[in-house]
Amino acid sequence: MNIHEYQAKRILERFGVKIPRGEVAFNADEASAVAKKLGGLVVVKAQIHAGGRGKAGGIKLARTPEEARALAKQMIGGRLVTQQTGPEGKEVKRVLIEEGLHIAREFYLGIVVDRSAQCPVFIASRAGGMEIESVAHETPELIHKQFISPSVGFQAFEARKLAFGLDIPHALIDKAVQFMKGLYRVFVEMDASQVEINPFLLTEEGEFYALDAKVNFDDNALYRHKDLLELRDIDEEDPLEVQASRHGLNYIRLDGNVGCMVNGAGLAMSTMDIIKLAGGSPANFLDVGGGANAEQVRHAFEILLSDKNVRAVLINIFGGIMRCDIVANGVVDAAKSIGVRVPVVVRLEGTNVEKGREILLNSGLNFIVAAGMKDAAEKVVQSITRRP
Amino acid sequence: MSILVNQDTRVIVQGFTGREGTFHAKQCIAYGTQIVAGVTPGKGGMTHEGVPVFNTVESAAIATGATASLIFVPPPFAADAIMEAAEAGLPLVVCITEGIPTMDMVRVATFLKERPGTRLIGPNCPGIISPGQCKMGIMPGHIHKPGKIGVISRSGTLTYEAVDQLTQRGIGQSTCIGIGGDPIIGTTFLDALRLFNADAETDAVVMIGEIGGTAEEEAARYIHAEFKKPVIGFIAGQTAPTGRRMGHAGAIIAGGKGTATEKMAAMRAAGIAVAQSPADIGETVMRRLRA
Repeated sequence: MNIHEYQAKRILERFGVKIPRGEVAFNADEASAVAKKLGGLVVVKAQIHAGGRGKAGGIKLARTPEEARALAKQMIGGRLVTQQTGPEGKEVKRVLIEEGLHIAREFYLGIVVDRSAQCPVFIASRAGGMEIESVAHETPELIHKQFISPSVGFQAFEARKLAFGLDIPHALIDKAVQFMKGLYRVFVEMDASQVEINPFLLTEEGEFYALDAKVNFDDNALYRHKDLLELRDIDEEDPLEVQASRHGLNYIRLDGNVGCMVNGAGLAMSTMDIIKLAGGSPANFLDVGGGANAEQVRHAFEILLSDKNVRAVLINIFGGIMRCDIVANGVVDAAKSIGVRVPVVVRLEGTNVEKGREILLNSGLNFIVAAGMKDAAEKVVQSITRRP
Repeated sequence: MSILVNQDTRVIVQGFTGREGTFHAKQCIAYGTQIVAGVTPGKGGMTHEGVPVFNTVESAAIATGATASLIFVPPPFAADAIMEAAEAGLPLVVCITEGIPTMDMVRVATFLKERPGTRLIGPNCPGIISPGQCKMGIMPGHIHKPGKIGVISRSGTLTYEAVDQLTQRGIGQSTCIGIGGDPIIGTTFLDALRLFNADAETDAVVMIGEIGGTAEEEAARYIHAEFKKPVIGFIAGQTAPTGRRMGHAGAIIAGGKGTATEKMAAMRAAGIAVAQSPADIGETVMRRLRA
């Protein structure tokens, strides 16, 4: 789960990580009031779930509350297009107003789980404010990594190593260590999947700040952080994906026109791949789960068909423990109750496959029954090209 | 004949009395697997599906001489269940559970490093099967056929698809392992390949990977350097977008890393016969075996 910058900063603050003074504003009046309260130079930052805001004009300085009001008015309600949003951009619904700081140096700090080492890794770099992937690619010598033993936690000497690696003035090392230890506590105690402070700021006054903050959470651990659920902003998500997640379906919208419904994530990805190989383009990823039931199939159908780009549907079910005749009945019931108007190609394999196919053929509905994945992909692509 | 499990494997089921545990344990028993005990804390002393239930893995292992555990415990308690099985000294632990928090698995991985006598398979996997001998998992037994091809996969139903293509062509399998779709797993491609390399009854290996991480690249380096048998590979997610989790917690292209293109290139460079299409896995095995 992703959250906004201002929400992430409230969490950091709880763990003693220093952040600039500031407040979120939902309209121009609020923005002006916050700027007045903070006094002096402020920064107006558009709040969307995507990076690259600075370059796209989503972060601006205001010298007076009136300027802050004007900037907020301009940003809120508008769409911000950054390198990460795609060409359609994202609508800005709130801005964060923060005090301006006297920047001395900018660094990068990040924590993720390293899959190969099977433990958290703390990453630090002198190249703050830049995308860390490009730093790693172009100047790998500027990246410092510290693997952390989950049984004993992040030690002071490990943090010191990173801080010295950043050439932080010796008098400020302990302060930097405390900052990093706070971040690690956020990562572990909140079950984050990523904590990224970019830039990690040193001011002319010798204070450290999280100038920006990106915190993502492990969806599998949300059950033990119920308070985080209210931070979810569904306006930032695709409405069909939100609907799918309510029904326990794994759905990701893509830009093609062949809707697909598959049981199992690996088979679902392969089904997208084979559609592409057959000359088509998948409209989505959709995993109805290893043992798809009739109810799931119906919800999945509804979601697939709500995507206006979908011109044909491919259902690919490998019935293992789940019998094909039961899946077929589910598909028929769902198709009848919804009233499907696009061609539907069904490929069933596994237990009771003959019975399943018979049910589809005798349903009175216009299913195209396929034998094998390749046949299914070719048939679904043909069904679109034949109907201009 | 097989690796890790065979007709002598004596299996405990953790989470035995729950809905999933009961259903799949029955299927395993029907396949011929020796399910010797169940473990559900607080239900020790009862008998379920004709099998004795114990409160702890340790007491079940001592009483029955079990050598392996199959876990169906719900996600909040699954890490604990894995560690209990390892602490009891069981050589093999297979965890089917999907949805375990990543940091829980990080702790489990650390715990297991101190207990090298225990091998974990999974979590978030279909399990392991040595056709005709032992099924420890949720895969449909009947699509398998005893033989000499090893199968290693991060997926569930895609593995069934691949196995089905093999069986349809009369190609049997020695052992099929679903290593799981999570970012932190027990047995990796590399670990499973080492076991197949040493197994005299495995002639070739099918390796089914997917986007995310670098496990396939690491396996490819090992195959190039040391593996003595033909390997046939496939990577799911050739059309997957960047930065999105494709169903499996571990299936994500992050920071431009973990793409199918990279993985397929690494595998081809290591001499692996890579099938471009998921429909061609069986055919690619046939061609490679004839070559």
